Amino acid sequence: MIEVAGLTKKYGDLLAVKDLSFKVDKGKIWGLLGPNAAGKTTTMRILTGYLPASDGKAVVAGYDVFEQPNEVKRIIGYLPEVVPLYPEMTVVDYLKFVAEIKQVPAAKKKAAIDKSVEAAGLEPVRGRLIKNISKGFRQRVGIAQALIHDPQVLILDEPLIGLDPAQCKDIRDLIKRLKGEHTILLSTHILAEITQTCDGATIINEGMLMASGTLDEIAASVKVREGVVLKLRKGGEEAATQWRRIPGVEKVGRSDKEYTVEWSKGQDPREDLVRIAVDKGWGLLEMRSLAMNIEDLYLKIVSGGTAQ
Amino acid sequence: MNNIWTIAKKEIKTYFSSPIAYAVMFVFSALVGFFFYSIMWWFNSQAMQLAQNPTYYQQLNINQQVYSPLFGNMSIILLLMLPLLTMRLFSEEKKSGTVELLYTSPLSVWQIILGKYLASLIVLLAMLGLTGILSIFTFAFGNPELIPLLAGYLGLFLMGAAFIAVGIFFSSLTENQIVSAILTFGALLLFWVLNWASSAAGAIAKSVLDYLSIFQHFEDFTKGIVDTTHLVYYLSFIFLGLFLTHSVIQSRRWR
Repeated sequence: MIEVAGLTKKYGDLLAVKDLSFKVDKGKIWGLLGPNAAGKTTTMRILTGYLPASDGKAVVAGYDVFEQPNEVKRIIGYLPEVVPLYPEMTVVDYLKFVAEIKQVPAAKKKAAIDKSVEAAGLEPVRGRLIKNISKGFRQRVGIAQALIHDPQVLILDEPLIGLDPAQCKDIRDLIKRLKGEHTILLSTHILAEITQTCDGATIINEGMLMASGTLDEIAASVKVREGVVLKLRKGGEEAATQWRRIPGVEKVGRSDKEYTVEWSKGQDPREDLVRIAVDKGWGLLEMRSLAMNIEDLYLKIVSGGTAQ
Repeated sequence: MNNIWTIAKKEIKTYFSSPIAYAVMFVFSALVGFFFYSIMWWFNSQAMQLAQNPTYYQQLNINQQVYSPLFGNMSIILLLMLPLLTMRLFSEEKKSGTVELLYTSPLSVWQIILGKYLASLIVLLAMLGLTGILSIFTFAFGNPELIPLLAGYLGLFLMGAAFIAVGIFFSSLTENQIVSAILTFGALLLFWVLNWASSAAGAIAKSVLDYLSIFQHFEDFTKGIVDTTHLVYYLSFIFLGLFLTHSVIQSRRWR
């Protein structure tokens, strides 16, 4: 649905996006993840036709963003980072204005407004002036305006920024409800949002592609070691020493009764670990796979290293 | 056309849902009212004095002696007021980020510009229309000629339209409304006083400066003369202003 190939954007000498390529399939919620100033907003602005690219190609639903900007604008709903609101308008007047500039036919206008008011949960503030409603509702108005012309593609730039946890959850649920009908690309610098909402993500840093795919795919591409955490009733330092001797095991860490055993990818000494523990009667209480600390993973990706 | 009207409607609503339009219209009407009153007072005293002398009394002309200076005054008030009306047109949208909504909508840049321009013209028409009330008195108690009066209003409207075109251009340049207004004032004043330098200039330079000066083209209208030269001047001024605005906005594409 969204295809970006070799996208490059220069602001004068500053290279904001460098040879970026990724793909989002129809009906997916896809994250564009990266630290601040990674080029997320620039990429989205190019996709929506707000900014021209310096080089490369971007295709949305079969339309080239640079060749057929008007077709693309018709099928994209866009929530910019700063929600584009007119504070002096009421919520409904604002949505009416957006419906008109998005070329919603006059006959369908009322239905379109009602539908997005309902989808975004704006019923309680319908007639209020935008300047008088809370930040959470403003964000919803932003989403409602992006939805108003029932676009195939939704591009949401930091939709959860500045919201409290309850509001975040609301918006997250709202985005999940929109899945299927719409293909959604959302940007964020918070990893948890990706794991909670998205089917997959493209991670960028300093304008460059770092990783792209489903979360498992990304994890697999980054992780070179695997491991387990074992819990023993007794075992002491001896267990650690014994396990270290198993071929393939690279590292055994111990904190009280918990042992972290790591090995290089491709090896699998799990059975040996357990056998020894049982033979020696250390009292194996628990074994779980070493939870990949996804936050670490992300930090690792954006700090440039792909190997540990 | 529909799109232009959508933008214009939104701008008009914004003008009237904030105090801007009311403030501008109120101050404009109050000042014009004051000038009208003082000029009328002077005209009346002239009429009283000359009442005994039929020859001179015949020469009293309300169009020339009341409306002509009044239009001159109105044009200066417009010069002071209109930049305040136009300063927010693009600056505010740039600052608040709403340009992103406009530019990612299937609207052409011309539709956006013309919509905003149309909205300001409508406010200008309302401003001028309000001063029409004053003419109720002159027509009730005097005998002014209608056609020269309308010519004067046409001149004011064209001049105001040119001012707005300059204002919209400077508004597209900056996201700061104050800067936008200051630049507009500066440019308009410069065009206003351009021919003051003409006395010192050579023959060719003089005619150029005279031609470019805004006020030079306005005077004839106040006398009731509608000359195509002046029409062409104002229309090209307007076109140039809007065209430059378009170029500024389009320049996003190659920056």
